[in-house]
Amino acid sequence: MKRIIACLLLALAPLGAMAASADVELDRARNNLANTASLQRGAKYFVNYCLGCHSLQYVRYNRLAEDLLLTEQQLAENLMFTADKPTEMMTIAMRPEDAERWFGVTPPDLSLTARARGADWIYTYLRSFYVDKSRPIGVNNTVLPNASMPHVLAPLQGYQKATFEEGVDADGNPTRHFSGFTEPEGGAMSPEEYDEVVRDIVNFMVYVAEPVQLRRQEIGMGVLAFLMVLFVFAYFLKREYWRDVH
Amino acid sequence: MERQNQDYFDRAAAGWNRFIGWIDARVPLSSFVRSQATEYYAPKNFNFWYYFGVLSLVVLVIQIVTGIFLTMNYKPSAEDAFASVEYIMRDVEWGWLIRYMHSTGASAFFVVVYLHMFRGLMYGSYKAPRELLWIFGMLVYVALMAEAFMGYLLPWGQMSYWGAQVIISLFGAIPKIGEPLALWIRGDFAISDITLNRFFALHVIAMPLILILLVVFHLVALRHNGSNNPDGIEIKKNLGPDGHPVDGIPFHPYYTVKDLVGVILFAIVFAVVVFFVPEMGGYFLEHANFEPANPLVTPEHIAPVWYFTPFYAILRAVPDKFLGVLAMGAAILVLFVLPWLDRHPVKSMRYRSSLYKLALIVFAATFIVLGYLGLKPPTRFFSELSLRLSELYFLFFLVSWAYSKTRSRGFHFGLFAGVLVLLAILDAVRWDPINGSLMLQMYLIPAVYLAIFLLLPVFTRLNESKPVPERVTF
Repeated sequence: MKRIIACLLLALAPLGAMAASADVELDRARNNLANTASLQRGAKYFVNYCLGCHSLQYVRYNRLAEDLLLTEQQLAENLMFTADKPTEMMTIAMRPEDAERWFGVTPPDLSLTARARGADWIYTYLRSFYVDKSRPIGVNNTVLPNASMPHVLAPLQGYQKATFEEGVDADGNPTRHFSGFTEPEGGAMSPEEYDEVVRDIVNFMVYVAEPVQLRRQEIGMGVLAFLMVLFVFAYFLKREYWRDVH
Repeated sequence: MERQNQDYFDRAAAGWNRFIGWIDARVPLSSFVRSQATEYYAPKNFNFWYYFGVLSLVVLVIQIVTGIFLTMNYKPSAEDAFASVEYIMRDVEWGWLIRYMHSTGASAFFVVVYLHMFRGLMYGSYKAPRELLWIFGMLVYVALMAEAFMGYLLPWGQMSYWGAQVIISLFGAIPKIGEPLALWIRGDFAISDITLNRFFALHVIAMPLILILLVVFHLVALRHNGSNNPDGIEIKKNLGPDGHPVDGIPFHPYYTVKDLVGVILFAIVFAVVVFFVPEMGGYFLEHANFEPANPLVTPEHIAPVWYFTPFYAILRAVPDKFLGVLAMGAAILVLFVLPWLDRHPVKSMRYRSSLYKLALIVFAATFIVLGYLGLKPPTRFFSELSLRLSELYFLFFLVSWAYSKTRSRGFHFGLFAGVLVLLAILDAVRWDPINGSLMLQMYLIPAVYLAIFLLLPVFTRLNESKPVPERVTF
């Protein structure tokens, strides 16, 4: 009978998840979309550190300029390193085949990562690289174990080591639980400054995942105000008509 | 000056009347308005629950209008579908609003339809002479599920893809014809571009046509006998000297102005979701669906959208795939025959027995908890609980049937013992020593349920109906 249940579950929910998410507690990103300066810094960091490998294929440069209050000149000088026209999408020059040969996987497009994974996940992920000699790139990540991504932000953060508690579970199998990071070494920034940088990047990625959210709520307030006024009129109209129903 | 105005208005009115007369000589416009609105008498005691019918119609219109605009920019191909949705969200003028209204509308449709159906259960709206009205409504519901399922594939995200994969594979569980049938539905050995194209055709043309036709039948059936009401009394039995129901009021203007209030209230809630929480915490727009469909990578946890999960929980609870599919189908089909199961003469739960009211509340709670369980990964405990709650789901219909008329003590005892034994046999068939104690403990759930609803009527007076008043309460 157990086999039947197992078959059923297998049939219904094929389990083939390649990168199982680790049970790491995520830190709160506490990013703020209303902070345009943070978004601008985030865009700068993203273009400098991420856009080499990760595209934002659904985002146009000129939309950034419009939403982040940049002039076309600022846009061209600070953000458009690979594009010619501001109407172009934020794509990358690296070919997927090459990327796969170099890294083992093609770096994913990041346009929607903030909606798929959440801001807290990215915030924690970018702060959770640690030295691991067993990996081909020399680093590993507690949030996404065995990630193929190198620690691109190491010049800022430096390298930290992870400590694990070794133990044995009830069935006698060895367990390994992440318990914390050591102080990072060799980075240009203090941990607090680095957290701010990551927060700016996360803020930018949250914006990029849904650019309209900067305006959506504002429009919503107007719509709600209109509907509430309409409701008052409709309510009194109904009461007037229903006065003669007994 | 005043006389001149008066003269002007008289002439305008006369012209208008001539125009209407011209139309009436050709199509029966005025008589249609009279029979459907100004001289269609509806009970005056409708409460809050009676908004959900008109709200279903409002959501249908929202879905059709936003759907038309989405179709103008959406590209139904595996290559372009995901990107075209992002194009709508980012580059199309007001595209994000149209898309959020459509995605929120899908969930809102099920919210209002479920509440509309529960209203029917509470006030016995499915009973004679409204059985066909109920059946047309059920057909609308089934068509709506098909429409929603096919629409969910179109964004071509991970959940779209794998959700469809799982649901279509269910057809494969049918012996002999299952696999060829699943293949025929997909048009391929896995969900692919071909499947996406045909689902698009069905979603934007076939199902909407069927839905609208069924809604028209539903409304024709409604207008023929008139609405039921919270008291479950036929207002046509109390006619005044003018030949109109004493407790009825013309649909227009009374219910048009009242429904307007309900529609605006609904629009406020709808706008809150659309503008402030369009993902609704991952229930209306699932997080995994922001990743493009990838046939090589399965998401960690596949769950259907919330409105399917009660039935999904029933499917998953049964430890045999084909029987599970049958149980899920039966859970929907049993609603069709409800008018012939519950034949108690009192319609409204207001005058039904305390035990019946309790059974109805337990049924609603069961449905909601099953919906929750269908969203969660199946642990041992959750699977067993799902199975027991699935049993309660079906037992509600048994109790409704048993309560249809006054039964003997022997009937109650016999039914109680018979069902207990039947459930024990089912447990013996699926006996699993590892889960043994859990199975036995949870056997108490249907056992206690049966004891309350089949034995208490024998020993107490809790199953006595209250007298139904002559006139509606207002």
